[in-house]
Amino acid sequence: MLALLAGVALIAAGCGDDDDDGGSTGAATSGAATQEAEPSDVSGTVSMVGIWTGDEQESFQAVLDGFNERYPDVTVNYNPAGDNTPTVLSTAVEGGNPPDLATIAQPGLIRQFAEQGALQPLTFAKEEIEANFPQDIVDLGTIDGELYSFVFKAANKSTVWFNVQAFEDAGVEAPATWEDLTSAAETIKASGLPAYSIAGADGWTLTDLFENIYLRQAGPEKYDQLTNHEIPWTDQSVKDALTTMADVIGDSDNIVGGTSGALETDFPTSVTNVLSESPKGAMVIEGDFVPGVVTTDLEPGTDYDVFAFPSINGSGPTVVGGGDSVVMFKDSPAGQALVEYLASPEAAEIWASRGGFSSANTQLSPDAYSDDLTRTTATAIAEAETFRFDMSDLAPAAFGGTPGQGEWKILQDFLADPTKVDQTAQKLERSAARAYRDQE
Amino acid sequence: MALADASSVPAPPPGLDGPDPGRWRRRLTTAAFLAPAVVMLGVWIVYPTIRTIVRSLFGRDGSEWVGLGNYETLFTTDTLVTAIQNNAIWVAVVPALVAAIGMIFAVLTERISWKVGFRTAVFMPMAISMFAAGVIWHIMDEKDPERGAVNAAIGAVKDVFGSSGVLSRAQPSSDALTGSIREGFTLQATVSPGDGALLGLTAIPPAEVPEGAEQAATPQAAGGEIVGTVWRDFKPGGGEAGVVEPEELGIPGATVQLRDTSGDVVSTTKTDADGSFVFADVADGEYQVAVASETFAAPFEGVSWLGPDLITPAVMIAYIWVWAGFAMVVIAAGLSAIPRDVLEAARTDGATEWQVFRRVTVPLLAPVLSVVFVTMIINVLKVFDIVLSVAPGSSQDDANVIALAMWRTSFSGVNDFGLGSAIAVLLFILVIPALALNIRRFKREES
Repeated sequence: MLALLAGVALIAAGCGDDDDDGGSTGAATSGAATQEAEPSDVSGTVSMVGIWTGDEQESFQAVLDGFNERYPDVTVNYNPAGDNTPTVLSTAVEGGNPPDLATIAQPGLIRQFAEQGALQPLTFAKEEIEANFPQDIVDLGTIDGELYSFVFKAANKSTVWFNVQAFEDAGVEAPATWEDLTSAAETIKASGLPAYSIAGADGWTLTDLFENIYLRQAGPEKYDQLTNHEIPWTDQSVKDALTTMADVIGDSDNIVGGTSGALETDFPTSVTNVLSESPKGAMVIEGDFVPGVVTTDLEPGTDYDVFAFPSINGSGPTVVGGGDSVVMFKDSPAGQALVEYLASPEAAEIWASRGGFSSANTQLSPDAYSDDLTRTTATAIAEAETFRFDMSDLAPAAFGGTPGQGEWKILQDFLADPTKVDQTAQKLERSAARAYRDQE
Repeated sequence: MALADASSVPAPPPGLDGPDPGRWRRRLTTAAFLAPAVVMLGVWIVYPTIRTIVRSLFGRDGSEWVGLGNYETLFTTDTLVTAIQNNAIWVAVVPALVAAIGMIFAVLTERISWKVGFRTAVFMPMAISMFAAGVIWHIMDEKDPERGAVNAAIGAVKDVFGSSGVLSRAQPSSDALTGSIREGFTLQATVSPGDGALLGLTAIPPAEVPEGAEQAATPQAAGGEIVGTVWRDFKPGGGEAGVVEPEELGIPGATVQLRDTSGDVVSTTKTDADGSFVFADVADGEYQVAVASETFAAPFEGVSWLGPDLITPAVMIAYIWVWAGFAMVVIAAGLSAIPRDVLEAARTDGATEWQVFRRVTVPLLAPVLSVVFVTMIINVLKVFDIVLSVAPGSSQDDANVIALAMWRTSFSGVNDFGLGSAIAVLLFILVIPALALNIRRFKREES
């Protein structure tokens, strides 16, 4: 029995790199730890609703093909619902006929389903998930002591993209600490190029910047409290983070187009400003999706590059991110097998080798990623000491997710006048108090 | 009409209480003819109106009765008050401007041979959806002259009259220099003949260092001379501020002023390829040295059309661009209907063209102008999509109008349908006077 399992694991690992030690070990552990039935015994149909469409759907289909190699008798019907996934799933749950499995990008929705009793806990795979994923990812999927989800496809929003030529002209290196960043920014400014390209017209880029600073400076505990609005936004830690944020947005001369220009710059333009032959700015602070939003002639790695959001006050590797989580609505042996498979490094490896994918799976070898930049941004997620979900995505939409209102608008006003730290904190608290009250 | 016919049927003679099949059939026919209109109006107009009014008296999730609470919120929330104010400005400005511009185009093009072509061009924007027009103007209004056509045009005009300097921008490399590119950078320390002055500048893009620049050098002052260097005080890594180092280039062609202690310019010179300059034969005394503002030709940075101050005018311009064609076509039709002999009679009586226009044409056009006006007032009250598409998220609060406020409150993530309904009711009340005017006009025309 054990030999057979090990054999299966080897075959699976054989799909990827043969010298991939991490992968084979992970597969062996996961196989031995959790699979009770022999693959050939499991049969049935699994329905799955997910957000991946287009290229992502094709890649996920490749992952499912890998699953079918192991479980030939299981049929998986994957239905892409795209951005409508929350609506589709809410309606299906309301109608009493949800799919067996689903992927959801909104932790708030997962919590809502779990509290309704619509979700099945992933207890059967708990051991494997705990072995394969960082504790913060496990905690993220744990609601009232039960594990309901894990992040299959993760996103890293703690990255800074820069124009290599601009950094070379200024003679600066990719900074590792906040002090290095601010001094590098000064040097870049002296070289004749604004250091920062800021997409002030899109408020969410500002919330991402704030969250990255806050998580590093105030620490994960405060971050969780602020996320749940257990501490007010007038807390000193928020004011401190805003003050630190002013290091970046406070010098109008060091921002592409100045403050007023930044307020009219949308996200794709802010990326073009940096990722072009004659850059207008040296760096843009946003997540791993930055290169995907524009077409550029620049070569990744040689013409533009990425570094991790700098550490503040000696904070360890920290990632603010997002991710699509796998949940289970209906329990079945076939569904369980698929959940276990998706939590394994082999599943992640298939998509990672196709590109456009980051995994939080610690057992996945960095070699699995097809290019260097993705390897940098993706492995940061698995290696992070602290991982937290994007705070504004967890807040009520009226506060954290509405253009021109709530946190987005207030941080835009803060960009317009970064000296108003206290007023900004008060405005944030007023808006948050209202939104969190309305949510209840 | 069916209703009028039915009611004009004479009542059955008294004493005949028995059923009259003819009367029932007529009523049935009436009902059948009325039914589609009544159902449509009921389902799509009457019910939603009543439902919205009722909903506006309830809270966010629709279960809690708040009375007029939503209306109180409406008149005390900053951004909603801004929306009401902006709508007032819209009503005051836009219909008048649209009518005026439409009239000017109509009158001016009346007698030219290629008027069809001109009028087609002016009318063309009507064929574009409001949202698309908004997107076009959003791009045209962008601040960066390289992207926004409007600012590119202003910049081109400005360049013709602008000054030319060797640098577009710079900053002092240390606290020893103060000032800005508008007033020039002045060295704080005073100098006397025999001294040297170091005027280090940074924040100059490498590509902007003038051609022919050489390694910066510090000249030695002979007797009666004040010498110095203007150079790009930067090398990769930063270098030491205020010190001329290898790899740092001089700035040729910079204008340097020698000022006496009261600030008057004593002498002016230009720098050499290595950035050095010499003031020869300087009388004894204390002087200040400055890089003059003539050194800099600040590039046109662009007007912030989409910023909080100009966003409402910017949206209005886009809106007028779309609607001027409509006004022009309606007014032109009215113009051609004016009897020529009236105009000729006025001219024969010795009226000037302006008097003819003012005293004859405009009064005769009054009915047409009022159509344009009332239509525009109703359109402007409910203006929405063009504001949403022109204004970026950062200035939507400043560009807010009632219909946009309603949408943003009800749907775009806030989902406060109570307050949203209250805003809708306010909009409805504001539109009623304009509707009443329109209905009265229809009735007058019918009679």
